[in-house]
Amino acid sequence: MHATKALEEADRLMTVCNSCRYCEGLCAVFPAMELRRAFTDGDLNYLANLCHSCGACYTDCQFSPPHEFNVNVPQTLAKVRNDSYKLYVWPRTLAPLFERNGLAISLIAALSVGIFFFGLMAFNDPAVMFGVQTGPGAFYRIMSHNAMAGVFGAAFFYAIAALIMGFRMFWRDIGETRETLTNGVSVWQAMKDTMALRYLDGGGPGCFNEDERPTDRRRLYHHMTFYGFFLCLAATSTATLYHYLLGMEAPYPWYDLPVILGTFGGIGLVVGPAGLIWAKLKRDPALRDENGRSMEMAFVVMLFLVSVTGLLLLILRATPAMGTMLALHMGFVFGFFMTMPYSKFVHGIYRFGALVRYAKERRALHEPTPSKAKALSIPDAKAGA
Amino acid sequence: MKVGIAVSRDFPQEQTKVALRSEAQVKPVPVELTRRYDVLVVGGGNAALCAAISARRSGASVLVLEGAPKFYRGGNTRHTRNMRCAHDAATEILTGPYTEEEFWEDLLRVTGGQTDEELARFMIRESKEILNWIVEQGVRWQPSLGGTLSLGRTNSFFLGGGRAMLNALYLTAERLGVDVLYDAEVVDLDIRDGMFHSATVAYGGQRHEVHAASLVAAAGGFEANIEWLKQYWGDIAENFLIRGTPYNRGSVLKMLLDKGVQKIGDPTQCHAVAIDARAPKFDGGIITRLDCVVFGIVVNKNAERFYDEGEDIWPKRYAIWGRLVAAQPDQIAYIIFDAPSLEMFMPSLYPPIKADSIAELAGKLGLDPQALETTVETFNGAVRPGTFDHTILDDCRTEGLTPPKSHWARPIRNAPFYAYPVRPGITFTYLGTRVNKEARMIMADGRLAANMFAAGEIMAGNVLGKGYAAGIGMTIGSVFGRVAGREAAKNACN
Repeated sequence: MHATKALEEADRLMTVCNSCRYCEGLCAVFPAMELRRAFTDGDLNYLANLCHSCGACYTDCQFSPPHEFNVNVPQTLAKVRNDSYKLYVWPRTLAPLFERNGLAISLIAALSVGIFFFGLMAFNDPAVMFGVQTGPGAFYRIMSHNAMAGVFGAAFFYAIAALIMGFRMFWRDIGETRETLTNGVSVWQAMKDTMALRYLDGGGPGCFNEDERPTDRRRLYHHMTFYGFFLCLAATSTATLYHYLLGMEAPYPWYDLPVILGTFGGIGLVVGPAGLIWAKLKRDPALRDENGRSMEMAFVVMLFLVSVTGLLLLILRATPAMGTMLALHMGFVFGFFMTMPYSKFVHGIYRFGALVRYAKERRALHEPTPSKAKALSIPDAKAGA
Repeated sequence: MKVGIAVSRDFPQEQTKVALRSEAQVKPVPVELTRRYDVLVVGGGNAALCAAISARRSGASVLVLEGAPKFYRGGNTRHTRNMRCAHDAATEILTGPYTEEEFWEDLLRVTGGQTDEELARFMIRESKEILNWIVEQGVRWQPSLGGTLSLGRTNSFFLGGGRAMLNALYLTAERLGVDVLYDAEVVDLDIRDGMFHSATVAYGGQRHEVHAASLVAAAGGFEANIEWLKQYWGDIAENFLIRGTPYNRGSVLKMLLDKGVQKIGDPTQCHAVAIDARAPKFDGGIITRLDCVVFGIVVNKNAERFYDEGEDIWPKRYAIWGRLVAAQPDQIAYIIFDAPSLEMFMPSLYPPIKADSIAELAGKLGLDPQALETTVETFNGAVRPGTFDHTILDDCRTEGLTPPKSHWARPIRNAPFYAYPVRPGITFTYLGTRVNKEARMIMADGRLAANMFAAGEIMAGNVLGKGYAAGIGMTIGSVFGRVAGREAAKNACN
């Protein structure tokens, strides 16, 4: 039997869906389901993380509630998915952070902002902290570059290490091997599917959020968030190279590469999360995992605050508010890094892994192997009806 | 048994609850029922929506009255998944051409000639255009589903299935300005001398008189009306399961026939297949099907075999098993097979009943253990050696057994043993209203109705006198729905 009620329900639904298969063309979940006749916890966690929550299978299903079969795949897989984050977290002792995630993330963020703000006040002369600083090295008069690089480098690498450990747990749980990850074709396919959000379009018409009318808005907002995030990462990386390779110290003029990348990224990372927050508020409760809401909100709000403070810092950097904005921005960025492995951020990591596995399975199905021949030769009762 | 799949028979109760609630409070009507519409469409499935859209596109004002609540809208269309259309070349989703002539030959074969050739050929010709027309109405196609390779050339599958198709049609109708009322049951029709005047609608605990210049009846058959089925089948109809909507009670069909419309199709006939006996009374849909008959033997409640399980490949034979089971005592039968067959067919909704011996299995099924053992042993003894291949008519058969198993006969002797209980599952009925190529109803005296049209299952008997071919119900619905809407609009404007 299964570890949780949500997994039990997911198993029941996959059994119902496997005897129907009408949703086969909507996304990756159902073709992956069809490759199996029985579902282990690992299989269900794989399918749950493969699901992009587009909602099409709920809207299209003749057996969704109020039908007595009560088929609600998006909600059930959302529950399984949200539970799975707790399962894979590193270190295990921090799993409770996922229990009341909204509160945890808020506290960590507030603490982080507070420490940066009051810490910088304590170490700095008020005249420096609240004075006007301009020219190369302006930021580093508030906090030295080495201190900044040390603190954020450590936080970032901790986050990466914890995410890798979480991914290993996930990979082992779904029964995957190291070889799958070294297969370039699968990884490249998964990257393309990720970058295009291929499975967030309900098979073509768009995803469903508030009612039975398909839209593409969530995909658009997610793209803005995703690419905004990477542009910001690119801005920081470029600035690091400027600093160490070219000896050029921030702040940089508005037309310089780090600022341009950061500005566009920041705008994406403001509009995207704002759109996602708006979509979440309007989302049909039937599609949601009620217990996952605070986690989802905490994550997008965190991204939103990171980018808003970043943009404000850019706008106000030549004013006496610069020191305060720098403290706020660094506080949120630090809080974001520290909570990456304990927030909804992990969804992207596990989903990417699930897409890699799906790419492998899909290829196997489409190659003329004996297993494919077997899968396709299953006789069909409905062929005459 | 797997947890959570309720084996429930209380659908009618639920309906009663809905009815009581709607009687208790008078609901405000969201559409203007007092105005005179050009076209009134009764029904809410594929045929009704195609009619509504095509009438609206022809410039008519249109009201759709759907008897079911919004979730259950669309009758049996909710449970469909594909449509059979003729086409002269392969397309993105169809693997090869399916000519009008081949479609006609298929129709002739499945109906045994019980079809109106002129009407059928007209439908087949029109079906070619439907392939594109339906896409223009927002419906999306996808390649044939896994396990349906045999249909990849002839049938176009709806992306997401029949409910997705319906949702698309409703969105289009709404966008075009078609008025739709749910929970709106037509309880009377004012028809005089072949002319429709008005309909009486029960909505929100009140009755309303709705006037329109023309009527399109697209309200399905009567397969969910057990009382009506009992007129032809007797009390055994109590043991039938209805695969589709509980709302296809045939009340509109009955009104039309009572008011002088010519009937067509054999009233005693319905399309029946054997489905899992644990399925709900109504609306179990496609997922309660079982396609493992060919892998084992089928016995009745006396643990006796009664028909050749290996007569022909399954898609050609599955539709006879509903009738066969209906003829057995208590309308119940059991498919019995053993371990090697378990994974040779589509996974089932309800897990098979499992036992380590035939006697134990009989106990679990409530059958006489000795009788079942004897039946299985006799069968095993009659099996001749052969090379098993379920994709062709193989040479595994019985000798000296009555009834024989002509193909795929393998001894049932490897534990664990499995069984599925099956009952007749009724898909649709054949009785309908006679129409011409304009989808215009023909009156009992042979005259044409002045302003009444029909589309979908309610007139399917014109084309499909008996039998069935995958996806043809949807072809009938879309083709005649589109025609009926256009003609009804034309009629209204004259």
